[in-house]
Amino acid sequence: MARSYQELLASARERIGEVEARELADRIAGGDAPLVVDVREQSEWDEGHLPGAVHVPRGHLENRIAGVARPDQEIVLTCAAGHRSLLAAVTLADMGFENVTSLAGGFTRWKHNGHDYAVPRTLSPAQRSRYARHITIPEVGEEGQAKLLDSKVLLIGAGGLGSPSALYLAAAGVGTLGIVDDDVVDASNLQRQIIHTTDRLGTLKAESAKQAIADLNPDVRVDVHAERVTQDNVLDLLGEYDVVVDGADNFPTRYLLSDASLMTRTPLVHASILRFEGHASVFLPYDGPCYRCLFPEPPPPDMAPSCGEAGVLGVLCGVMGGIQANEAIKVLLEMGDILAGRLLMYDALGMTFTELKVRRDPDCPACGPDATLEFRDYEAWCAGPSAHAPEPAAVR
Amino acid sequence: MTVVKIPPVLRAAVGGERQVEVQGTTVAEVLESLYEAHPAVRNQLQSDDGGLHRFVNVYLNDEDVRLLSWLDTEVAEGDTLMILPAMAGGGR
Repeated sequence: MARSYQELLASARERIGEVEARELADRIAGGDAPLVVDVREQSEWDEGHLPGAVHVPRGHLENRIAGVARPDQEIVLTCAAGHRSLLAAVTLADMGFENVTSLAGGFTRWKHNGHDYAVPRTLSPAQRSRYARHITIPEVGEEGQAKLLDSKVLLIGAGGLGSPSALYLAAAGVGTLGIVDDDVVDASNLQRQIIHTTDRLGTLKAESAKQAIADLNPDVRVDVHAERVTQDNVLDLLGEYDVVVDGADNFPTRYLLSDASLMTRTPLVHASILRFEGHASVFLPYDGPCYRCLFPEPPPPDMAPSCGEAGVLGVLCGVMGGIQANEAIKVLLEMGDILAGRLLMYDALGMTFTELKVRRDPDCPACGPDATLEFRDYEAWCAGPSAHAPEPAAVR
Repeated sequence: MTVVKIPPVLRAAVGGERQVEVQGTTVAEVLESLYEAHPAVRNQLQSDDGGLHRFVNVYLNDEDVRLLSWLDTEVAEGDTLMILPAMAGGGR
């Protein structure tokens, strides 16, 4: 004999207890919350849900419930008006879940009574498709992807290191990328600076990078900073971003960035490259060593050739820039073992990775307990003692 | 013998080698053996007081010798000494 919807609900009410919104709100406030499972559709969930609730759409309840609840666990099911949740609770009871109730009046009454609710940061259907391979990773998920979309990373240089790291961060959906570079694209860059193209020779690198990123992922906003990093702009620049990725090509900029990252407490993702060899590390301000703990002083210019002088294998940039993008994402999502307190050295010729321990220097002039951190004349300091010694009077 | 890993900027001073093997039971002895075999390296690493320039890091296996016993740190057979000056290159 056919049964009406009303009859189904009535028989469900005979088997399943209902919990009032006020009672559940008091338990949540008191830290004694049962597991709340919301069985509505995605679009309903996206508009708001009980704080701490887990979303399992009614249509997936039977096959997904084992992943979120144990049969002996106390579960409160909720939907919009308390009807679907009541019928879902019957299903769970049939499956052997022993302690299942339904929220009377559902989310509508909950909200109407003025109880707290959460509105998830949601992805559009296009974003769910674009980032599907991220969302599938439990450590990232939709929440992590949404966090990336809300994150801001500053890239120093759109050169060998900055090209691959900017491309991967953009592809990953880091919502805002700042690119600091005052140089223009030159033919000799294209062997390794893969964000630029032959038809953009002569274009500002920051603009060229912005174009490439726009073509790759329209979700990403690019802030073009067509300037050099200096003492005058570095604090304002770093203050705007969550993480800074150092792809600079000279020591004065690297030491300036290190000091400024301490001043603004911005995590600094470091890499440097020459010929076949790369270094990478992450400097978490006051929570690990800084660049000056690792290298208290720059080498003299004759021991510090640039890639322009000594050369660099193009693909080395991809490996090290990729490592930087990897670490930036880990810092943003607070996951995994960050490459802090360690210097990773990559030898492309020997195909070896070597790791060295880097510790906070208690006497560090930048981050040590007795340090008075202030900017210095980095250009003069890195040019070596002879460059800033006073000229003998007789020579004039 | 101790393997001393040579960074790219010093390779010209050791005939292009990426690593060299020398004798010694302390960091100081290993470095002295390196200087004797490859005199051009001495000026680039050794400071006027016979120590090391501050811009040169030396690691015994994976530890900075500044945090061990500096130049007196004992070196055992099969250890690796890594000479590591900072690199600035960003691929420009």
